[in-house]
Amino acid sequence: MHEIDMTKCLVLSMQQWRQQHAPHTPLVRRVHLQVGSFTCVEPDQLVTTWKAAVRDSWLDGTVLIIETVPLVGRCVVCNTTYEPDPEQAYRSPCCDHPMEEIVSGRELRIRSVDYVLNDSAQPTFATATAV
Amino acid sequence: MHMPLEDTLGLNLLAANQHQAEHNRDHFDAWQLLCLNVMSSPGAGKTSLLERTLTALATDLEMAVLEGDMTTQLDANRLEAVGIPVVPITTGRACHLDAAMVSGGLRLLKQRLDPASLDLLWVENVGNLVCPAEFEVGEHRKVALLSVTEGDDKPLKYPVMFREAHCVLITKTDLLPYLPVDIEQIEEHIRAVNPRCAVIRVSASSGEGLETWHQWVREQLTAVVNASVRALVTA
Repeated sequence: MHEIDMTKCLVLSMQQWRQQHAPHTPLVRRVHLQVGSFTCVEPDQLVTTWKAAVRDSWLDGTVLIIETVPLVGRCVVCNTTYEPDPEQAYRSPCCDHPMEEIVSGRELRIRSVDYVLNDSAQPTFATATAV
Repeated sequence: MHMPLEDTLGLNLLAANQHQAEHNRDHFDAWQLLCLNVMSSPGAGKTSLLERTLTALATDLEMAVLEGDMTTQLDANRLEAVGIPVVPITTGRACHLDAAMVSGGLRLLKQRLDPASLDLLWVENVGNLVCPAEFEVGEHRKVALLSVTEGDDKPLKYPVMFREAHCVLITKTDLLPYLPVDIEQIEEHIRAVNPRCAVIRVSASSGEGLETWHQWVREQLTAVVNASVRALVTA
């Protein structure tokens, strides 16, 4: 259940991002993530742990939107890109070559944050509940 | 009414762990030691291999171990019996070590010795083929073990672990005569997901392959220490 630890990292990054806006407290609507399909992340579990982690914190109600990035490899023999298939041992269909180069699929990225700035809000320092 | 805004971050999701891992590695480089992160499923033979390796390398290298386990200090006790300083890190419910845990282990290690006196720091991770693959701890190299008893399909089922490894050790090769498993197929599947890593067949029981494995470790030590020295000179 490493999604819990990933969520902790995400909350820490969000807290650092919030400090950039001090003394305002941004009201976050959505956090957009890019998660590669060749990672150890289960998006549904990440959403579940996120909801639990931010409950009663300044991020409560924030929606986590996860864009899955497909695994794409590049055959180093003929330079063609392909979607490696586990059933084919990830080998390139063009030249039957091992998966040497990965073009995409290893992403674990906080892409962007949608928010509004509430001018009247005083900065609060509530810490997101760690799970 | 406030205008909706959007900030583009482009940050690593694991930035907090990554930051701590880089901090750990900066210390390792300053101490001019090699840190190896040893990972595998439970029972693949990490501790048995380390018992043999620590004994063999202790003749001319100074070493210490950070030993990760969810519960108990059984493995730590086994390695301490070899005569090498071991700091147990009990992770509780966590199925992997992270950089902060290793940082905590380093603080405890520093109470016992000066890390600058070490050549090699071993991190034996929690037995798990999934989670440790994504959490750097500051290591210079990742070593993954796969025992012949686990079957030839594991590199395809848990590809991230084997993709990330700099060296994959196929362990327990002394059991091959008793198993319906094709070691060539195991190696082919490892190379399918990671054509660039070193693959070494070893047995902690018979000693097969240990010399090759120890040579690989020595080569990494030379490469990492030379790189650290170069960085110090050019700084």
